Amino acid sequence: MNPAADFGGLVLATPEIALAVGICALLLLDVFLGRRALTATLTLAVLALCAALTVSYAHVTTRRLLFDGLYVADELGYLLKLAGFLVLALGLLYSRAYLEQRRILRGEYYVLALTALLGIFVLISANSLLTVYLGVELLALSVYALVAFDRDSGVAAESAMKYFVLGAIASGALLYGMSLIYGLTGTLDLGEISTRLNSPSPLGVIVGLVFVVVAVGFKLGAVPFHMWLPDVYEGAPTSVTLFIGTVPKLAYFALALRLLAQGLGGTELEWSQMLVPLAVLTLIIGNVVALVQSNLKRMLAYSTIANVGFILLGFIAGTPDGYAAALYYTLVYVLVALGSFGVILLSSRRGFEADLLDDYRGLAQRDPLLALCMLLLMFSTAGVPPLVGFWAKLRIFQVLWESGHLWLVIIAAAMSVVGAYYYLRIIKLMYFDEPPAAAPTAARGGGARLALGLNALAVLALGVAPAPLLNLCARVLQ
Amino acid sequence: MHPPAYQHLLLSTLIWLPIGTGVLILLLGEERARLGRWLALFGSLTTLALTVPLWYGFDRASAALQFRQTLPWIPRFHALYDLGVDGISLPLVVLTAFMTVPVVIAGWRVIRERAAQYFAAFLIMEGLMLGVFCAADALLFYFFWEAMLIPMFLIIGIWGGPRRVYATLKFFLYTFLGSVFMLVALIYMYVKGGSYAIAAMQALPLTLEEQRWIFVAFLLAFAVKVPMWPVHTWLPDAHVEAPTGGSVILAAIMLKMGGYGFLRFSLPVAPDASRELDALIIVLSLIAVVYIGFVALVQQDMKKLIAYSSIAHMGFVTLGAFVVYEIVRHTGTVQGAGMGMDGAMVQMISHGLISGALFLCVGVLYDRMHSRQIADYGGVINTMPAFAAFMVLFGLANTGLPGTSGFVGEFLVIIASFRASFWYALLAAVTLMLGAAYTLWLVKRVVFGPVTSPRVAALKDLDGREFLVLGALAAAVLLVGIWPAPLLKVLQPSIQHLVTQAIATKLGAP
Repeated sequence: MNPAADFGGLVLATPEIALAVGICALLLLDVFLGRRALTATLTLAVLALCAALTVSYAHVTTRRLLFDGLYVADELGYLLKLAGFLVLALGLLYSRAYLEQRRILRGEYYVLALTALLGIFVLISANSLLTVYLGVELLALSVYALVAFDRDSGVAAESAMKYFVLGAIASGALLYGMSLIYGLTGTLDLGEISTRLNSPSPLGVIVGLVFVVVAVGFKLGAVPFHMWLPDVYEGAPTSVTLFIGTVPKLAYFALALRLLAQGLGGTELEWSQMLVPLAVLTLIIGNVVALVQSNLKRMLAYSTIANVGFILLGFIAGTPDGYAAALYYTLVYVLVALGSFGVILLSSRRGFEADLLDDYRGLAQRDPLLALCMLLLMFSTAGVPPLVGFWAKLRIFQVLWESGHLWLVIIAAAMSVVGAYYYLRIIKLMYFDEPPAAAPTAARGGGARLALGLNALAVLALGVAPAPLLNLCARVLQ
Repeated sequence: MHPPAYQHLLLSTLIWLPIGTGVLILLLGEERARLGRWLALFGSLTTLALTVPLWYGFDRASAALQFRQTLPWIPRFHALYDLGVDGISLPLVVLTAFMTVPVVIAGWRVIRERAAQYFAAFLIMEGLMLGVFCAADALLFYFFWEAMLIPMFLIIGIWGGPRRVYATLKFFLYTFLGSVFMLVALIYMYVKGGSYAIAAMQALPLTLEEQRWIFVAFLLAFAVKVPMWPVHTWLPDAHVEAPTGGSVILAAIMLKMGGYGFLRFSLPVAPDASRELDALIIVLSLIAVVYIGFVALVQQDMKKLIAYSSIAHMGFVTLGAFVVYEIVRHTGTVQGAGMGMDGAMVQMISHGLISGALFLCVGVLYDRMHSRQIADYGGVINTMPAFAAFMVLFGLANTGLPGTSGFVGEFLVIIASFRASFWYALLAAVTLMLGAAYTLWLVKRVVFGPVTSPRVAALKDLDGREFLVLGALAAAVLLVGIWPAPLLKVLQPSIQHLVTQAIATKLGAP
């Protein structure tokens, strides 16, 4: 059952090891050299190295357990990690000018982003309740610090505090739920737990499950555990909002999958019943409340909530196909959110946050490239072909039909029409309105703009030819 | 017989050539909008030229899909990149390619702001619309069907009139809402039958209960698009606010997609539900024909009047499509049951030409006077004789004058309704009077009479560009009106096939 942590096994964890070594080295270099530009470059180098290492495992198709079963190396993990590297690297590229203009371009920013990424990796590869908790906390603590990174900003400090307090409660709930499950099954190993649990479960396990579902709901931002999300999105510096809105979603998808679908797979009937009201509320509140926002970051926060509703629907289907649909949805969502926040970052200037909807009036005339990117991204989230967001929604509808959840399909379909309205509103502002007289014109920043253009192009290309990514998602979850 | 090799690529070229040209125009940017304009003309003309081998290479004896191209697209969903045309889609493909050319020419000098984006949007739109008519796979169909909303949303919103934002949002959300339910129905059939191929869906056995739900889902999507009363309210807004080119494409082609959807999906996929619910469609169609006709009568805005007239004329299309069940019920034979559908198809083509032409006429006036109010005009014939001749011709065609295309479709539908029921025919024929009333009254108030204002007195007659556009449309209207035989011949086998599908039952199937 537990293969020894042989040298061959250790090799499979090199992305994490390289990342950890890289973090330590960066921290030291930053202290002794104190050159921010160098830190930024080196961070990208570390990310590139780790990404290369991850790619080199593309051939690993068999699932292997390492470190006495604490760590699992499988295709799903490598896919999520690779996505994490790419998204973080692009995100840092988009944020560079933003940080510089606000004088918060410090080495620690990169180090914290990398430790958060390490937490994400630990979570993605967790095969034991302990590792899960370790990953959750490493990620959460790094993110709390990142939210408060602009220490002169009162709003940022406030939202960091709010995030921290609520996050601590969620961590507590997770820990409590885990302890109940551990107490009743006698093991921390997720694989073991799944063999020892079977429906109908004892009451204690159900109670533990409730706490786990609450914690997962909180981390993902499902209603009614979503209260922190709009405030944190709005209060944090935009570059941090970009981070929170993208890479951790991959980790929380993994959290939900490893804990609920794999570890607690025997209690699927129970947790999917719990998720149904959560998902419905999430879809409705997320979409309806987003309609009345005037702050773009806040609106995107509610849009995140609405999208989480769709991800939960994939879990409710409760089949490998359903999980694959949720994975696909998550990846697509992360790609689109990355681009959307990228547009905000690239539209902002010193003293101009570009976070109000009105700041986007007439963007099509001031900066056609940025406006076109945003147009594609918004139509994608609205679920209009030929953009990739359409396939993500289609996939969720399909798996729900296949598992017989007729009403959920209809609610989700209706809510995606409601959602279309506020995405269209952004396009309306950018394309149909005249720019205000004093609006800033197109910015410089060639590299980031090129990357953003490619990001939007990827949304279109994956929409026209969706087959490869769909197949990949289905394969890693077989 | 082996078809020549190029045949497989013809439809793909038709779809992707305009889209590619559109993207190229976008890339060239606003600085080179003049070049973009020529490219747009070249692209739309080449596309039109490509429909010539399509029209002549089409085997008129067969109801099967022709010029087939099949490639794997999304193997996981068994979805194919599958294109083909039959007698029902071929005329609509030609209509689409034909109508885009006048739109490009009509915008030639008029559009000054963001001209490159304007022409790019129309070309991309053309490709997507052709895709809708050529798709033989339901997922591909839906892909094009929805993608089309994006350029249209932008066209109305950017180049439209004062209330353009309201109109375009209403247009988008109405159609999006309807389409989403069609998607749900398509997914249901995929889950049940394991294929997105339209032919497989048509052959899929379904219980009456399932058919009813699917029928209702399709009805939501197609009724909004046609549009049928009472979900027509987006159309007058969208038409009035859209730029001339947008109105032309909306009226000439986008509305036809609703009718096409009924013929391609509703009737063959849910024949038993269609038989059961045909009275609903017929009643809604007759309301559209009669009530909307009265509404058109009182309009003060030329575009709004033509928009309401479009709704009334499209009522004939839905009436013609669904009257088949009444004919079979009433006469007990299938002989001649396809006449209503023939009429529906001819009516779609004819309405595409006439309403497009009328919107272009309004555009000609609007470019000069910047007003669409009927009251601002009067006596245009004195200053614009050539224009007046065209306007009168298209007006008469709109009333269904024999010799014009408007006559053929309406006549076929009314005859078919007679076979079904005297009262249907009577009500449908009311539209001939109403249509004559509102159209001729419009023409009278705008064109005839003494010159009413100094602004009208200062009008200049058509220039060469406008003359060319209206002349081509007039020729087409007369051609279809005087000699509809080639069109009917293309329709014949496919309509026959559709009638057999529509009156067959899926309930007894194993």
